[in-house]
Amino acid sequence: MIDTDEKHHVVTINVNGVRHTASVEARKLLVHLLRDDFGLTGTHVGCDTSQCGACTVDIDGQAVKSCTVLAVMADGSSITTIEGLAPGGGALHPVQAAFHEHHALQCGFCTPGMIMAVRQLHAQNPDPTESEIRHGLAGNICRCTGYTNIIRAVQSLASEGHRHD
Amino acid sequence: MIPASFDYIRATSLAHAIGLLQTDPDGSKLVAGGHTLIPTLKLRLASPALLIDIGGISELKGIEVADRVRIGALTTHAELLASEPLRKLLPIFYQAADLIADPQVRNRGTIGGSLANADPAADWPAVSIALHAELELAGPAGRRHVAAKDFFVDIMTTALGHDEVLVAIHIPYPNTGAQFRYRKIRHPASGYAVVGVAVALRLQDGLVSEAAIGITGATGRAFAADSASAHLNGKPLSSQNIANAALLACEQAECLSDGYASADYRKHLLRTEIIRALTSLTNA
Repeated sequence: MIDTDEKHHVVTINVNGVRHTASVEARKLLVHLLRDDFGLTGTHVGCDTSQCGACTVDIDGQAVKSCTVLAVMADGSSITTIEGLAPGGGALHPVQAAFHEHHALQCGFCTPGMIMAVRQLHAQNPDPTESEIRHGLAGNICRCTGYTNIIRAVQSLASEGHRHD
Repeated sequence: MIPASFDYIRATSLAHAIGLLQTDPDGSKLVAGGHTLIPTLKLRLASPALLIDIGGISELKGIEVADRVRIGALTTHAELLASEPLRKLLPIFYQAADLIADPQVRNRGTIGGSLANADPAADWPAVSIALHAELELAGPAGRRHVAAKDFFVDIMTTALGHDEVLVAIHIPYPNTGAQFRYRKIRHPASGYAVVGVAVALRLQDGLVSEAAIGITGATGRAFAADSASAHLNGKPLSSQNIANAALLACEQAECLSDGYASADYRKHLLRTEIIRALTSLTNA
């Protein structure tokens, strides 16, 4: 349903290749639009203060914390969420496969955001050192793993020569 | 956390943004990257009636490196980190950007937002002071330039009028032999500078000239450590001269105190970081 009173703004956003139109209050956060209106609950709300990175999505090619973007500001953009990486339950994206292979998660709460951040890190630096991985994932917090297997997973992407797209 | 209600308009031009600001200067806020403002709205520390989104105004974008350097206010930290021409000419932009927050935040946060917000612990104010930057402001009466060292008035208070927009940062082309260093002690949770030091100087025949030091984090506003710079000029960059300059900068600083760092501890960090920053240039 599209609300059209003066407090609402109509936004059109391409999410995972699908065009969505919604009517939002200006104060609505992008992460809530994705989860509550579009049903894409793979993007998580962790800290809600732009620290933890669980809400990371790709907006126009850049990893961004969607708890710190207004939905109305994303009007006209193209967004990829974790659901867009392996559409229709198909083969896992290489980053997802690497996380699976190296058990780079325990509870899994941070994993969608972590994978979206790794996707950008790998695109910018396909063969990072451990230090570069830690620096590149500074915006994502995992409270379970100690990061060791996450780093192994990212390093495996380089050694196996996966494509990042 | 949900912000209080507000209205939202995308400004289509600088004149449009200024016109909207004039209508309700106290009730309006400019937004670009939003990575300071949106958390502030979520905590309801601010409740503007209107957000004016300046993110689409092309005049406020881009990095130009020519006979002087112009950085549009909308330039993100990530763009400053990635700019090869800038890294070659003024590597302090790379050094500082790499220490700001994290990659996702750097993708959205802008240098103009950082300067205009004037958080006392933000990085770009110190860098802009050390580089003798001029900030270009546009308002109803036209354009004006304000030197960075005069722009920061107090905690989160600048020379920017309520109906003005920060357009760009202009930096004089550095002279041959100019060297730069940005260092900071990062707050472990926020990533902001507990103390941040930006240094620019030239070394010719073993003597310092054109020294400029910008300090952030230590006090309520970023400032130019003029007595320290003056002390260095004309002298060798010896450990004794460096130590004296650091002490002079500390004498100038009325340090902040908070739960993380007392004023005395901040002063100690300030002295230490100035010494480290200057020492790193002695062998460069």
